[in-house]
Amino acid sequence: MAIPGRSRPATAAFYAAVAVIVVYTVFPFYWAVNSSLQTPQELFDVTWFPFSFSFGNYAHVFDGQPFGRNILNSVFVAVLTVGISLALSLTAAHALARVRFRGRGLLLLAILSVSMFPQVAVLGGMYELIRSLGLYNSLYGLVLSYMIFTLPFTVWVLTTFLRELPRELEDAAIMDGAGPWTTLTRVFLPLMGPALVTTGLLAFIAAWNEFLFALTFTLSDSQRTVPVAIANFSGASQFELPWGNIMAASVIVTVPLIVLVLVFQRRIVSGLTAGAVKG
Amino acid sequence: MATARSLRCAAFAAALATLGTACPAAAVTITLSCSALGTELELCREGAEAWAEATGNTVELVSTPNSATDRLALYQQMLASGASDIDVFVIDVIWPGILESHLVDLSGLVPQEDIDQHFPAIVDNNTVDGRLVALPWFIDAGLLYYRTDLLDAYGQTVPQTWAEMAEAAAAIQEGERAAGNAQFWGYVFQASAYEGLTCNALEWIDAYGGGLIGDDGRPTVDTPQAIAALEEAASWVGAIAPPGVLNYTEEESRGVWQAGNAAFMRNWPYAWALSQGEDSPIRGLVGVAALPRGEGEGAGHTGALGGAQLAVSRYSEHPVVAADLVRYLAGYEEQKRRAIAGSFNPTIMALYEDPEVLAANPFFGELFDTFTHAVARPSRITGARYNEVSSAVFSAVHAVLSGEAAAAEALADLNAELNRMSRGGRW
Amino acid sequence: MVAGGSSARVRAAAPPSSHHRRRVRRAWLFLAPMLVVLSLVAGWPLARTVALSLTDATLNTLDEANFVGVANYLAYGPPLDAFDPDAGAYYLYDAEHDRHFVLDAQTGRLTDETDRDHPIVYDRVDGDYVHAETGEPAPGIADPLFQWSGVLADRLWWRAVANTLVFAIASVSLEVILGVAIALALNAGLQARGLLRAAVLIPWAIPTVVSAKMWGWMYHDSFGVMNDILLGLGVISEGLAWTADPHLAMAAVVFVDVWKTTPFLALLVLAALQMLPGECYEAARVDGVHPVTVFWRVTLPLIKPALVVAIIFRTLDALRIFDLIYVLTANTEATMTMSVYARQELIDFQNVGAGSAASTLLVFVIALVTVFYLMAGRVRLGAD
Repeated sequence: MAIPGRSRPATAAFYAAVAVIVVYTVFPFYWAVNSSLQTPQELFDVTWFPFSFSFGNYAHVFDGQPFGRNILNSVFVAVLTVGISLALSLTAAHALARVRFRGRGLLLLAILSVSMFPQVAVLGGMYELIRSLGLYNSLYGLVLSYMIFTLPFTVWVLTTFLRELPRELEDAAIMDGAGPWTTLTRVFLPLMGPALVTTGLLAFIAAWNEFLFALTFTLSDSQRTVPVAIANFSGASQFELPWGNIMAASVIVTVPLIVLVLVFQRRIVSGLTAGAVKG
Repeated sequence: MATARSLRCAAFAAALATLGTACPAAAVTITLSCSALGTELELCREGAEAWAEATGNTVELVSTPNSATDRLALYQQMLASGASDIDVFVIDVIWPGILESHLVDLSGLVPQEDIDQHFPAIVDNNTVDGRLVALPWFIDAGLLYYRTDLLDAYGQTVPQTWAEMAEAAAAIQEGERAAGNAQFWGYVFQASAYEGLTCNALEWIDAYGGGLIGDDGRPTVDTPQAIAALEEAASWVGAIAPPGVLNYTEEESRGVWQAGNAAFMRNWPYAWALSQGEDSPIRGLVGVAALPRGEGEGAGHTGALGGAQLAVSRYSEHPVVAADLVRYLAGYEEQKRRAIAGSFNPTIMALYEDPEVLAANPFFGELFDTFTHAVARPSRITGARYNEVSSAVFSAVHAVLSGEAAAAEALADLNAELNRMSRGGRW
Repeated sequence: MVAGGSSARVRAAAPPSSHHRRRVRRAWLFLAPMLVVLSLVAGWPLARTVALSLTDATLNTLDEANFVGVANYLAYGPPLDAFDPDAGAYYLYDAEHDRHFVLDAQTGRLTDETDRDHPIVYDRVDGDYVHAETGEPAPGIADPLFQWSGVLADRLWWRAVANTLVFAIASVSLEVILGVAIALALNAGLQARGLLRAAVLIPWAIPTVVSAKMWGWMYHDSFGVMNDILLGLGVISEGLAWTADPHLAMAAVVFVDVWKTTPFLALLVLAALQMLPGECYEAARVDGVHPVTVFWRVTLPLIKPALVVAIIFRTLDALRIFDLIYVLTANTEATMTMSVYARQELIDFQNVGAGSAASTLLVFVIALVTVFYLMAGRVRLGAD
């Protein structure tokens, strides 16, 4: 593997660009950590380093509200959403990518069109649906409603990836008398690692971050997910914004995701060499 | 006395509830949506638990979004579907007209003498088509905060008119900047395109003797008074107020103020306790006064009316018990406790003479007039269309403040737009 | 279109056999669970929104809404929201002459009620108005009352459309450039790329409601860190009002959106890069081809399918953008997007009919853009 450009200046420029990108992406997070360690008064001043190191905000987050429970709720909802979306879309993507049938293009378009609806426009109807299914104030209701934005995305991405896999693989499997299920699970699935992990991760984060549905379809604190819990933080009175607490909570919920990425990164990068594909 | 009555009433209510559901257990669970965390939630919980203990019922608290707009949207969604999940709502002073069709008429469920002890203006505000849809809980009004030390240092007195305020602000700003604080501004307020700007604008216009909507329901914003008020306000932006004020809400302005970077601030009473907090750099240097008046005929001191009300959902399964909780929370003893422990301005007039309350909040007495003369936004007359009216108002005012439009033209357009919405004043 | 043409070609090439029919049957079986779930969660809300857009529903009168055709989209005549069903009349305002009128929907009788104590009544005779008392003609009296109304006649809607398109084009193009660059860097044998990967994912991982507030704080004109940095570097001489200045607000919002969503694109492109056969590169390297040429000639065409899909989903998201703009700049006109407009009508103003019409139009605009993308990107919908 080569770093683009061979000359020393080009390499330096490349690393400089990488450094700029890292600052751009990480700085706001640093700022969140910085803010979370400050006292409320310090927030109204540009303080580059949290000299006071006050952990009061962190203690406060878990104090007086089930924030731990909220995190577990979010994990539960996001994992279930990703699991179901991937399972449903894997079989669907197999059909869409590897079988020719009439109306396939139209079907893909229809699936795509679902993700064109703005959340605010489906909110009313979704609310009625969740209520009529008796899923109001239930985490399963959230999982169901999240399908509207995870499914089109996972189906499309997996279809694209599955389509790129060489035909010979499938032909060989069919020669051996394997049905589509076996072909999918035994032949394609092992090759889909990066695509599955990436798609799953993106869907996970989308579900993890969702706010409007979670706010509207749950009611009690014990069923709330993290974004809603954070948005419901408030200061001592109506207009006061508990900035330090919000930042502390954001840091707390971002760290697991970073860990998740670090854990899965071997899978994300364990690329396929051409040899492996050709099998 | 109040406790005894509450017990009696609760027993009666519980008996009714039992009859209604034919359920052997008298106690029911009431779901209450208090706004928030912190002091407000703590006080709300304590109050609700005291009631629960006295009546044998249970209260479940629901937390709702910090932002009032999000909270209203959530309530509307819920109420529009007739959901019975929340029995008692804490609603903003401008919501009775918007939510009234979903709320119970409390006048039959709460004794008249309990209702009469509140400020009549707020009871009026909460009465829609003769139905009392909410009980007043606490009151807010826009106030002028000033720095006592800076007024002294620059030989200024507490400004009585907006022009005086602008003059004093300019003098202090110039002096402080010359002294090396380049970040210093004379005046901060709320001018982001949101409900808070409607409050600020109403205060300016009212201070000059103008108004938004007349008693006959027809708009009255295209007046010389309103034009003068907006021209005055527009002259502040970039001169004595930071250009960024156009996106300030309450907390952004308090940030500038509390960092010691402003001489004056318009804000709600909540900023008092925070400005005087332990770690506040301006602790002990803060004064509060009524907002300045304008000039010309009809000018006067004013402040926009804000605050919270307690309402019972029409879809509640236990409206009678819920109404009793509301009566308890809005009652004398509970409001007194909240005033002392949390500086929540009571809506019960007698409490402004209560020595214990005054000892805890010395400025309550001085500001009694401000609270009694607070100017209400036209939410009652415009009903469900209030948000549309407010949006038209703050958009027009925002355009004037940012220099995109002249005050006279913007107000003429606004007047026409409100006329178009007004259905000839019927709304 | 793309789909039809290619499937026709496919059919001609491979006549249906019983084997193929069985495969197709199984394919539908594979598709069924996903389709059931999707039509459940999308079908009803979609249908409901479209249906409501044809009514005069408000949030308080959902059950008693009346069918009004396409009046919420565009209509000429007395505006829909001026109608009072109880009185069977329109309450109209002539802004030009500052007069209030009542128009009886049944008889067409017009009453000038500007002075409530002395209303003036006009009768409709053969399509013209005459004074009811004197019989004198009153030509043109009703003309100013008849106007274009509906979402499509609202200046603010078109402002929102323009804002949305500007936002989507600006943010998606920047994200593509930056996202591909990050993916290439991650794919190259860069040391500490694990850290880089985690770093670029951070923005995506912070809930939008929080990150929008966070940026709002950083953009604050007097205690925000943004101005502090720029002032320190000497780029600006006075703190800028990032989110308040109409000229800066859009750029400020785009900057945050790019920060927030570039990881999405970068990861998808990276996954595509990871699945590329390595031998093409080996060959290119042996031939001494310049890396830039390799990128344009080899890499880009190979990752194009994944890139196009990523761009489509990002564009769809950008066109629907709501929370970021709403939190950062509230309902300011300078940054109001179609979703913000729809929400304002639906929730703030409770005009469910008009809000649903705006939502439906928003979907229509998005569909147009998507079809354009699919054609321009030559996405193979039906072919394999």
